[in-house]
Amino acid sequence: MSKSSLKQTLKDLDTKKISIRELNQDYLKRIKENENLNVFIHFSEENVLKQIDNLEKDNSAKKLKGIPIAIKDLFCTKSMPTTAASKILENFNPTYESFVTQKLLDEGSIFVGKTNLDEFAMGSATNTSFFGNTINPLSQENEPLAPGGSSGGSAAAVAADLCLGATGTDTGGSIRQPASFCGVVGIKPTYGLCSRWGIAAFASSLDQAGIFSHNVEDASILLQSIAGFDQRDSTSAKVDIPNYFEDLDDDLNGKTVGIPKEYSIDGTPMEISQIWEDAIKVLEKKGVKIKNISLPHTKYALPTYYIIAPAEASSNLARYDGVKYGFRSDEIDSLDEMYENTRAQGFGREVKRRILIGTYVLSAGYYDAYYLKAQKVRKLIADDFNKAFKECDFIVTPTAPSAAFPLNEKQNDPIKMYLNDVFTVPASLAGLPGISIPFGKDQNNLPLGIQILGKHFDEQQVFNAAVSLERSYE
Amino acid sequence: MNNLIKGEKHDWEMVIGLEIHAQVKSNSKLFSSSSTKFGSSPNSQVSLVDAAMPGMLPVINKYCVEQAVKTGVGLNAKINNYSVFDRKNYFYADLPQGYQISQYKYPIVGEGKVTIDFKDGTSKDIRIVRLHLEQDAGKSLHDQNPSKTYVDLNRSGVALMEIVSEPDIRTPDEAGMYISKIRSILMYLDTCDGNMQEGSLRADVNISVRKPGDEYGTRCEIKNLNSIKFIKQAINYEAKRQIEILESGGSIEQNTMLFNTSTGKTRPMRNKEEAHDYRYFPDPDLLPLEISKEEIGKIKSSIPELPDELKNKFIETYKLSNYDASVLTAEKQTSDYFNETINSDPELKNHAKIVVNWITSELFSLLNKNNQDLNNSPVSPENLGQLIKLISTNEISGKIAKDVLEDMFSSEKTARQIVDEKGLQQVTDQGEIAKVIDEVIAENPKMVEQYLAGKDKLLGFFVGQAMKLTKGKANPKMLNDILKQKLNKKN
Repeated sequence: MSKSSLKQTLKDLDTKKISIRELNQDYLKRIKENENLNVFIHFSEENVLKQIDNLEKDNSAKKLKGIPIAIKDLFCTKSMPTTAASKILENFNPTYESFVTQKLLDEGSIFVGKTNLDEFAMGSATNTSFFGNTINPLSQENEPLAPGGSSGGSAAAVAADLCLGATGTDTGGSIRQPASFCGVVGIKPTYGLCSRWGIAAFASSLDQAGIFSHNVEDASILLQSIAGFDQRDSTSAKVDIPNYFEDLDDDLNGKTVGIPKEYSIDGTPMEISQIWEDAIKVLEKKGVKIKNISLPHTKYALPTYYIIAPAEASSNLARYDGVKYGFRSDEIDSLDEMYENTRAQGFGREVKRRILIGTYVLSAGYYDAYYLKAQKVRKLIADDFNKAFKECDFIVTPTAPSAAFPLNEKQNDPIKMYLNDVFTVPASLAGLPGISIPFGKDQNNLPLGIQILGKHFDEQQVFNAAVSLERSYE
Repeated sequence: MNNLIKGEKHDWEMVIGLEIHAQVKSNSKLFSSSSTKFGSSPNSQVSLVDAAMPGMLPVINKYCVEQAVKTGVGLNAKINNYSVFDRKNYFYADLPQGYQISQYKYPIVGEGKVTIDFKDGTSKDIRIVRLHLEQDAGKSLHDQNPSKTYVDLNRSGVALMEIVSEPDIRTPDEAGMYISKIRSILMYLDTCDGNMQEGSLRADVNISVRKPGDEYGTRCEIKNLNSIKFIKQAINYEAKRQIEILESGGSIEQNTMLFNTSTGKTRPMRNKEEAHDYRYFPDPDLLPLEISKEEIGKIKSSIPELPDELKNKFIETYKLSNYDASVLTAEKQTSDYFNETINSDPELKNHAKIVVNWITSELFSLLNKNNQDLNNSPVSPENLGQLIKLISTNEISGKIAKDVLEDMFSSEKTARQIVDEKGLQQVTDQGEIAKVIDEVIAENPKMVEQYLAGKDKLLGFFVGQAMKLTKGKANPKMLNDILKQKLNKKN
């Protein structure tokens, strides 16, 4: 399967080698052929054709005119329902368009559908969705694999070439880990680079929109389109957005890469250690100085994350109460019963688990021991990175501790599932940009990912290192 | 002053603290741009943020922050450069987010104080613990449908200032004076419209009782009182209830109470065990609120004269008593009216006490009788000034002036017009008055005899007769003087 890139497709559209209609019909065909993967929660051919019609009538020049994009079903969209993969928002039709998707619409892109995810983005395998599992397109026939999560649908959509790019959100690794599992590029920018306005919230201090694409160049083009200040999000950053694509530079000569010793974890498969070493060697050859660094609080990142994220989630999800919109239980005899039954029937197991954890760590008598302490540790983790970045320009680590695992593995062991985030969570807590690029395979020929982390708002450096590694690998 | 109340067995002292919720005067809500207009049709002023739609985020309304700072300055309070918005988590149908955005650990305003003035000229400071900003909830309507509750979110997200006092209050009257004083300051500052009927200003009352000198007792909190009358009633009832329990050997449970305005009784809403665990934590959607010294300075310099400053100015300039001055400055419209009246004629500055009396007793009672407000008084300050000038220059008597004021009130004519039209000028012509007195003396020889025999009280009779003949227009002092002179001559 040879996938054309976004960059090439833009050229082909520009030179009329292919029309918007032809291009999208090609993608529609593949989407229909791959329905078994359960990539989309919402897909409507009619809706795509309507968008094509409209664009054909539109003579203005637009950067992403006609480009098929898949949208994680956590972004509120006017033209399609938004469910967050939850029964509680089944049939919810927003009257508003999220900041990120509006930007993509303004650039003329075509939304092919809303992709599956873990319910409210809580999970690492896209197996907590009310709408069923998504299957990793790289699976063998007899052994379906998980696409990773929570943005598993978007990662799979790009991997199966059902679109030229997809939006995702990353709270603790929800873009980078599925990118690694599906063998695509996934970037989570600095916290605050893309507005959270219109994205159903999971953990507000961590949630960040990002991009999946076939390659680093495409990611740089798409991130450019969705970044920017938004006064409707108080945590949105007022920073100048460089032209990532134009400024891409794979010459890393003289740069310093940090290699954190704490990311060598017992039990990490050999293959993962191997690709990490390979990546370091490639960089060394390119004249990059290798610097061994220490991020001493790394081992506390996972427990810290699993206190802060559920705490915020327990409050963020309180609005789904059956009063105003979304699902409401039929069995109601009192207000309390309406809450209890609506939320008991509307939320899945993992969401309930996290609401309970979050409620617990915020409750009187436990707040100081859990939430407050976690906030302090979070600060220490961020300080670790700040210190490290005084000595290096970017950091390279594996993305995930394994390749894609079988679909139903770890389903009943939340702790094992949470361990998937071990390499991605620290940067999330520190709000740093991180990208995962495919880099090598395991013994089953499944892709493995390398993660590159950068300084706050230094996405350009992250892209440069990524494109350099990518080109050397190809 | 004795603030104790008698129980069956002991004297008891009330210990009272107030949490006042004042709606910030602002066109839009605390975290959204929806209108705050009162009385609009249900759910007509609800943005996506107010309805807590998925992915909606709060954005702080800077004007509300300035209003809170202004209020803090007016309460002589410390303004905090750094404050934090927290989420107070609880479920209720009219709380769309499932949490209220409030301030918990780091309020925008810290310790302050206000002074209340008593009739006897003494005053007392009530300390303020803090003022913080928070969102109001919506409204649940239980009486629209027998089996359903409707929710109106117009109020959802409206900015409130919660002003918390120390338990420095000892009587229901003090509580009333305290909330009046706060209301007055807010209205001078124009940071709250002070309208208690519309719920713009309401209070939760914390109250306990103790034997004088003892430690504080266990308190109960009475929720959501929206008039000074109810506050006093609720305190009185609740104090009595607590005293009865304690005197019969019981102990007070720390309850949250509701006050029934028709029965005048309090009843428990929930006890300590049922109390919510609000799971406060900093709202991750909002950055900490930082206000620079410069910004605070700018707001400070924009603040108008406040009641206490104005009170002191009135005392100094017009030699008014502390109480008169505090009545005059309790409401901005009153002090404004006084200022305009007294400045309408240079002569009036020497008759400040008379001006105060005419405003706070005569005019106020007419306004009250007609259910009207000083703001739309039919008698303008200039016209009242003119009337007082007529009194002070002896053109009309005080007694006639009262009739003239009533006439002014209904006809909206000036004092001068009425006096001229009706010929009410005081008779100050000695000859004319003497003539009338001669008449009275001539017609009542017996009375004169009795008076001369020592029945001094009869002087009033002669005055009355003479006044009758002059239709009340004779200058009373002249009338008195001439009458005495003439009667004594007979002796």
